[in-house]
Amino acid sequence: MSIYLDHNATTPLDERVLEAMLPYLSSRFGNPSSTHTVGRQARAAVEQAREQVADLVHAHPSQVVFTSGGTEANNLAIKGYADSQETGAIAVSAIEHSSVLAPAASLGRRGWQPQEIPVDGNGTVSTEALRATLTARTRLVSVMLANNESGVIQDIAALASIAREQGAVFHTDAVQAAGRLPVDFSACGAQLMTVSAHKIYGPKGAGALIVDKSLDMTPLLHGGEQEKGRRAGTENVAALVGFGKAAELARQELVSRMETLGGLKACLEERLAQLPGVTIFAQAGPRVATTTFFATAGIDGEALLLNLDQAGFAVASGAACESGHQDPSHVLLAMGVERDLARSALRVSLGISNTQQQIDDFIEALTAIRQRLCGGSARLTA
Amino acid sequence: MGYPVMNMTATEMNQTFRKRPIYLDYAATTPVDPRVARKMMAYLTPDTEFGNPSSRSHLYGWHAEEAVEAARQQVAALINADPKEIVWTSGATESDNLAIKGAAHFYHNKGKHLITCKTEHMAVLDSCRQLEQEGFEVTYLTPEPSGLIDLNKLAAALREDTLLVSIMHVNNEIGVIQDIEAIGELTRARGIIFHVDAAQSAGKVPIDLGRMKVDLMSLSAHKIYGPKGIGALYVRRQPRVRIEAQIHGGGHERGMRSGTLPVHQIVGMGEAFRIAKEEMREENEHIRQLRDRLLAGLQDIEEIYLNGDLEQRVPHNLNISFNYVEGESLIMALKDIAVSSGSACTSASLEPSYVLRAIGRSEELAHSSIRFSLGRYTTEQDIDYTIDLIHKKIRKLRELSPLWEMHQQGVDPAKVEWAAH
Repeated sequence: MSIYLDHNATTPLDERVLEAMLPYLSSRFGNPSSTHTVGRQARAAVEQAREQVADLVHAHPSQVVFTSGGTEANNLAIKGYADSQETGAIAVSAIEHSSVLAPAASLGRRGWQPQEIPVDGNGTVSTEALRATLTARTRLVSVMLANNESGVIQDIAALASIAREQGAVFHTDAVQAAGRLPVDFSACGAQLMTVSAHKIYGPKGAGALIVDKSLDMTPLLHGGEQEKGRRAGTENVAALVGFGKAAELARQELVSRMETLGGLKACLEERLAQLPGVTIFAQAGPRVATTTFFATAGIDGEALLLNLDQAGFAVASGAACESGHQDPSHVLLAMGVERDLARSALRVSLGISNTQQQIDDFIEALTAIRQRLCGGSARLTA
Repeated sequence: MGYPVMNMTATEMNQTFRKRPIYLDYAATTPVDPRVARKMMAYLTPDTEFGNPSSRSHLYGWHAEEAVEAARQQVAALINADPKEIVWTSGATESDNLAIKGAAHFYHNKGKHLITCKTEHMAVLDSCRQLEQEGFEVTYLTPEPSGLIDLNKLAAALREDTLLVSIMHVNNEIGVIQDIEAIGELTRARGIIFHVDAAQSAGKVPIDLGRMKVDLMSLSAHKIYGPKGIGALYVRRQPRVRIEAQIHGGGHERGMRSGTLPVHQIVGMGEAFRIAKEEMREENEHIRQLRDRLLAGLQDIEEIYLNGDLEQRVPHNLNISFNYVEGESLIMALKDIAVSSGSACTSASLEPSYVLRAIGRSEELAHSSIRFSLGRYTTEQDIDYTIDLIHKKIRKLRELSPLWEMHQQGVDPAKVEWAAH
């Protein structure tokens, strides 16, 4: 198989996580709602996972509501909170993931006023921009902690405190941040936070919404007392156990992962900067160690992707969820990047199994493909 | 691969089940069949197809998508549907929510009335209650003492503004099978949407959506040896039924349900449905023999009551009330077998089963009920052990029961006027 450089789309399962999950796919298969031994065993496993996930983001286990993933958690945060409130305004940043933008838009169809918080050229939401957007009607603000395309990290503590001063509840999508930088739910001031398992070497199909318990929430899924009535449905025990183990490993190994990936990313970007015509987006802002988003003026992104795939490198043009679309990245457009340049964007997202050698090979392949696509144009050959 | 569990044969699987407690709670959840688990392993770790099926720029994504589509065909095949009619969800609870709230929200201009039954799963009942809060009106039908719905009563409840009828195929507590085909005729003739919760019937009862006029059907993997956390909603294309998404985002599943698809779970559901299609007939026969053996072995106990019709019922289920025995102490006494009183989803509550109350059982009988649900790995020894254990424990509990003593003396405790203390 090719070299995988698309870890923001999804990560492979850590072997240690698989080991933890396996018993729950065989002998410990109980339904946590059953009161007999087999059920109680499953219940204990789910509660242990809850503690592990809480520990990763410095939350209390009772604040963790398990869901089927980041998308459901974002929907629960936005619609679940909004549905418990009088109609008002909802402010979301222009660079949010579609699983925040779409539920916010759905509230727009139900009488809510959508407000868009702009970002600057570095992909950052400034406190001024947030202040300028908020009105007395704003009940909910959602700004993601780390962006899935640019990797830019927002100053959530500063933004949350402004939102709360104005009487609005603050949600942050931390799917791309948890396990990649220190995340502290209790200290950052957000009342709602989304995390996902499959971005941190856990399984797909598990996520969580961290909820400040003083908030009123209307469930998205009705029909059972699971998750203290906030999310009905038989718990996905094996996946939650995997989520818990992945969270524990991410917490224990956070510093070494950040160092390794940070080193690889620095090297990658240094080499990219030597290639003519390359722009690395949001390079000035603080970014997660996994993500490099760049473009080459004059080279079509799709053609580059195809050639890279054939050469054995799996990268993306942006978010996986939107990768069927032909439109340029909404994140880049919000940052004021020209449409043409945005169309040639490429995202490299690194993971713990990537090596220096792979980065070298990638740069070599990229250089060769660029030369071929440009037909030996002197402008682009180094 | 080096994971011992995945290389288990059916015999070895049976042996792991020989340990106490004996598992007779297959209606709550089932273990993952080792054949299913083996398939799932190929979509998880770095050396496998772990990609995100939404990734369009590399092989990891394409291979994951192919696996998802192959599983969609396997699920569709069991119920004779078109793969395009299958929408993945996180389980039957989400499917029920999506079907009922999704259809009601989409067609709210067409009518405000829904019909369901008092014995439905909580996911259906609570979705209906949520809609009531939003201004919809819901009729909750009372089933006959057999647990079955009288079609004349259903027909009489249909109104001009009825939007949707939701009736489960097989009841999770008493195992009775509703006449879905006949109900479909009633609803289709009037242009009413018909939703069926088939979480307890898929893989146990033949389902032919070419013949059954069902518009929406909820399916679950973990009730038929697939993994938890994955289910599907069948959404009919001809005549086309529309629903409003309940989870919004990247527009996965043709806009009806967003979120990264959990490939390994989907592959597991596909394999579980494939196995069910191939083995259902034979497996049902085997399970029926065991169930009949259990029933025959218990029948000589006095004052026991079978809950729900015996004929219109899946062979996997036996639900019996033991009169003059206190429910909690019964469950405690039976800790060597994993059974439930009521459904798993409500078993933490001390309330008697609402299903048994709805079919007219007294509070006492509802309290002293046991659901035995049999499955793929149940053996004759399990059944014989269970019969023996129940005999012993019931005898012991009744020896301690003053009510049983009164009954033995010919006094009906229900008719005694108790002195106030």
